[in-house]
Amino acid sequence: MESRSRHFKANAAASLANPVLQANLQTAKGKFVDKRAIAIKEIDDFEVSREAAKNIRNRVLENLDLWLEKFEETATARGATVLWAKDGDEICRHVAEIGQRHGVHKAAKSKSMLSEEANLNLALTAAGIRPIETDLGEYILQINDNEPPSHIIAPVVHKSLDEIADLFHQVHKTPRKTEIAALTREAREVLREHFLTADMGISGGNFLVAETGSVALVTNEGNGRMVTTLPRVHVVITGIEKVVPTLEDLTLLLRLLPRSATGQSISNYVSVLTGVKTPAERDGPEQLYFILVDNGRADVVGTEFQDMLRCIRCGACMNHCPVYQTIGGHAYGWVYPGPMGSVLTPLYTGLENAIDLPQAATLCNQCGVVCPVMIPLPELLRKLREKQVEKHLRPWFERLALKIWAMVAASPPLYALGSWLGVRYLKWLAGGRDRIAVLSVAPEWTLGRDFPAPEGRTFRELYRKGKK
Amino acid sequence: MRVALFVTCLVDLMRPRIGFAAIELLEAAGCDVIVPAGQTCCGQPAWNSGDRTAAAALAKKVIDEFAGSEYVVVPSGSCADQIRNEYPVILADEPEWHARAVELASRVYELTDFLVNVAHIETLPGNFSGSVTYHDSCTGLRGMGIKEQPRALLAKMSGVELKEMAAAEECCGFGGTFSVKFGEISAAIAAKKCGNACATGAQTIVGGDLGCLLNIEGKLRRLGDETTQVMHIAEVLTAKN
Repeated sequence: MESRSRHFKANAAASLANPVLQANLQTAKGKFVDKRAIAIKEIDDFEVSREAAKNIRNRVLENLDLWLEKFEETATARGATVLWAKDGDEICRHVAEIGQRHGVHKAAKSKSMLSEEANLNLALTAAGIRPIETDLGEYILQINDNEPPSHIIAPVVHKSLDEIADLFHQVHKTPRKTEIAALTREAREVLREHFLTADMGISGGNFLVAETGSVALVTNEGNGRMVTTLPRVHVVITGIEKVVPTLEDLTLLLRLLPRSATGQSISNYVSVLTGVKTPAERDGPEQLYFILVDNGRADVVGTEFQDMLRCIRCGACMNHCPVYQTIGGHAYGWVYPGPMGSVLTPLYTGLENAIDLPQAATLCNQCGVVCPVMIPLPELLRKLREKQVEKHLRPWFERLALKIWAMVAASPPLYALGSWLGVRYLKWLAGGRDRIAVLSVAPEWTLGRDFPAPEGRTFRELYRKGKK
Repeated sequence: MRVALFVTCLVDLMRPRIGFAAIELLEAAGCDVIVPAGQTCCGQPAWNSGDRTAAAALAKKVIDEFAGSEYVVVPSGSCADQIRNEYPVILADEPEWHARAVELASRVYELTDFLVNVAHIETLPGNFSGSVTYHDSCTGLRGMGIKEQPRALLAKMSGVELKEMAAAEECCGFGGTFSVKFGEISAAIAAKKCGNACATGAQTIVGGDLGCLLNIEGKLRRLGDETTQVMHIAEVLTAKN
């Protein structure tokens, strides 16, 4: 997917000016945050589980190559083919080739963020394969002219019921419905036909299990099962970091993922899929492919940003992020929004292509305290800011301001003079009022609020005077 | 107890009365208070802007200036966190300085935490009366564990009625340099905080970090709210009606 992260500020301004989006974000936030808070209370050792989950993920990342080889060996032994993709283009080439080899005309897809990274639907169409999104949210976006998702687990969270009712009415050419159940039934009727006629199923993978060569899928709609069992060919596309050593490790992560994501004790469906259909089995794919994707991940291994690869894509960080909740996911401009996206986007698409994202956080650490695998997101954002400074990527006026400020703050006499002047300047700007409406030294502040006026003298002046 | 006050640059510039209120509170708790004269800023703006060099220079300056004091008290959870939790990280590669940073960390406290848990203050100098709602500033809350301390102090004031707001622990949108880099987003987040605070009907919004308070007050006034007061906890605890 082409990144629009360079335009973060303009994207965010558009989001702020969109009252429908603002209302939708407000509704969704309450659901996610409240439900998670209740769900994590079900396990009395939630914090201990987080620590354990972090350790499992770290154990994998410390020997990622070995665990991937182990996975390749066990998956291959069960009749699957393991392919490797360096980037999005290679994902597309692999899938097109697999499609050609097996005479595929239609591919039913369950949710896969990797396919968003690769812009896979476009490539499939070009290769003569019709992609059908079957996750309800993704389906809604696909029929809305391939709109990108705005949340990693609730792709259509930015849309209201009314907007979806209009869309179904226009695209399906059916009478307009506003009941959720009726709309869902309508989508099911359309999708059922596709499930039955697709030659290929494409899914993501929440986890890969090295000891068994399995892929684990966590879903709520059942489309994941259809996609992975009905078509002749099943293609799993997932990042190389998604591997875990054992089924036992998987069970621990499954305690945390649905609770952190949707506030469910367990998602409606958890599938652990291993190997191709055997002669004794009636269901399942005849061909199973794993496409394990790098696309920037390998370069993060072994760096100060490695902690980010622990991410299990629950979305809790964005659900709790004051910035995400105010501007929505599209503003971030690439596949992954919110705090995890603000770390991943610069790492995967280039620091210079997402210059605003690491800065667009208040560092409130709400993300860090809810992350089920204890990723220190604010710390990683701060480290990315450090990289920006090291590589001279910050604008000249910011660098100059920081330099002058640092010089003044390091010298008490200069600082005393600077604050003496500064406080008088601010007082003058206020012009006798208790607030400043336009703050010329930092105009961004007063775009949406006033700046309270200072008292008029600095503490150090008054303190020294009082001492005399 | 001998306490050195770290005033913070924002209090120095914007609200000296918070610094004096902090001194009054510390003296009421039986402390001898000194204010080291050369102090400027803790360096957090540099650190959060990615300028490690400037942050390290200021960290060393603070470590030197506060070397002899028994305790260091800061009327800001955020600046106290910078000194206690970030200095050892910033200076991790310089063993001698790192050791000094860790030593300083062991004696630096946020004001309300110090009053409650170290100085065990009994009688507060103020007699503020009115309804208040308390905003938990992010770094104080999640970095320094400041939650019950200010509430315990407010509970000692018979005239104070505390009305908790919804989402008191959510960010107000200030975020230091974030507030001037992404002003519109920052102000939009502040609007939600103001909404939650005002919904309690409290006359005064109280907090422990001046940055957040300036953000909240600025948004309230822009929204046309001329009556809700915004005060630092130290001001409330020393206010004389």
